Amino acid sequence: MVTGGERPPAVEVLSAEKVFSNGTRGLAPINLSIADGEFLTLIGPSGCGKSTLLKLIANLIEPSDGRLLWWRGDFSQVGQEGRRFAFVFQEPTLMPWARVEANVRLPLELSNIAKTKAAPRVAEALEQVGLSAFSKHFPRQLSGGMKMRVSIARALVTKPNLLLMDEPFGALDEFTRNKLDADLIRLWWEGKLTTVFVTHSIYEAVFLSTRIIVMAANPGRIFRTMTIDEPQPRGEGFRDSPKFAAYCRELSTWLAEASLPSASAGVS
Amino acid sequence: MKPLLHSEAFVRIAAPLGVGIALFVLWEVGFRLAAVPVYLFPKPSDIFTSFVNNGPSLFRALLVTLRVTLQAFAAAVIIGTLVAFMFVQSRAIEISLFPYAVLLQVTPVVAIAPLVIILVKNTQLSLTICATLVALFPIISNTTLGLRSVDPGLANYFRMNRASRLKTLVKLRIPGALPYFFGGLRISSGLALIGAVVAEFVAGTGGRSSGLAYEILDAGFTLDIPRMFAALFLITLTGVVLFAAMVVLSRLALSNWHESEIRTET
Repeated sequence: MVTGGERPPAVEVLSAEKVFSNGTRGLAPINLSIADGEFLTLIGPSGCGKSTLLKLIANLIEPSDGRLLWWRGDFSQVGQEGRRFAFVFQEPTLMPWARVEANVRLPLELSNIAKTKAAPRVAEALEQVGLSAFSKHFPRQLSGGMKMRVSIARALVTKPNLLLMDEPFGALDEFTRNKLDADLIRLWWEGKLTTVFVTHSIYEAVFLSTRIIVMAANPGRIFRTMTIDEPQPRGEGFRDSPKFAAYCRELSTWLAEASLPSASAGVS
Repeated sequence: MKPLLHSEAFVRIAAPLGVGIALFVLWEVGFRLAAVPVYLFPKPSDIFTSFVNNGPSLFRALLVTLRVTLQAFAAAVIIGTLVAFMFVQSRAIEISLFPYAVLLQVTPVVAIAPLVIILVKNTQLSLTICATLVALFPIISNTTLGLRSVDPGLANYFRMNRASRLKTLVKLRIPGALPYFFGGLRISSGLALIGAVVAEFVAGTGGRSSGLAYEILDAGFTLDIPRMFAALFLITLTGVVLFAAMVVLSRLALSNWHESEIRTET
């Protein structure tokens, strides 16, 4: 496990499990500590509960048993300075009737921050994702990748400490995805963001993560953990390195094992 | 320069206009040749002459009908929107009241109009009430549907950001409901006119009205068929203008973002 130095872990999942109302066991009790500044990726076959785990971390759903801690406190303290999180969905989920800048400003508006005070932060967030020139555009005038950038800018504008992303680039073509991955790793590094990322892509997981958690289904659980030992910030060169290929091969084998019906909980 | 016939906008106007003119010419020429008497079925020229001769009284009647229509339409929009807001605030309210909204909708206005006209002394007001009853339902049902049809992802996002009920309504539900609301406006504007005319007919048989429907009734009594047609044309024209106004309004509000109003450039 990665240790977070003197800073407390961003999130601790303490024997949290999830049984859905129809009786399905979505997640077996899970123990996980997410260190401050870590880029953690959840990967696994469908039904392994990676999105469920992410929703638990976002407090979108509550655990049936066990509990979670955010910065060593409960969820009521989340939202205070230094304890903010933002969630990026699979879809950009933008308001089609609002211009790009208004979409990015939304979270500030929802927390009653004045428009004049919000403006420089919106501009900064758009700058970070390279969309300054498109602030007056409507979402329908943007490509899929650009919409996703707006969605990321909307997350960054709140200056989050923890960024939760649920397969954000899953619907994009590979070229756009690689580009956004490279941008994301830069933003993560510059902003010292703790990030929890859900993906189906092995390459994406290896390229981005400091740690990858491979999950298995029935019930959803942590199968194995892989630490990607590669200095940051990573550039495109990493993708072409033999090390990258080796990580991908190993992760691919693990995923295949995790997908077997007989997969039993392994030791990391 | 592009030939006019290849211009979409030109064809859109010219084609139906051409059909209309052709029909009028056929009508005029055919009825002249067949020597159909004016009291059976007038020619366009007879109707036009009637327009000129009865201009002031027809115009006065138009204003009366238009006033009832617009008042009823405005009332329907205000009441309908308020009811829709109430419906989405609480499921209990919707369940208890929606059947009555349907009840109002399915009862023909001709059947209630005499009752309303007897109960309400002021003719103008009674006509407006009848027309409002007709125009109300599309606004209620469309706006309710719109306010409920919130993008689930965005709704989730608002909830996650702990948005207040009011903020969610103003920032998410209302803008999202606009396309449905404008759809309701289009239907309702036409219905308000129908309601007004039908109510005038009912009131007119009692001799208590002065709108276009009364003109039609009166022309029927005196066998002034061209005047009847002239009044009929005015009613149709009013309906078309109202509909067009709603189309323009909807385009102004939605053209930037909603699929229904986006004109593709291909």
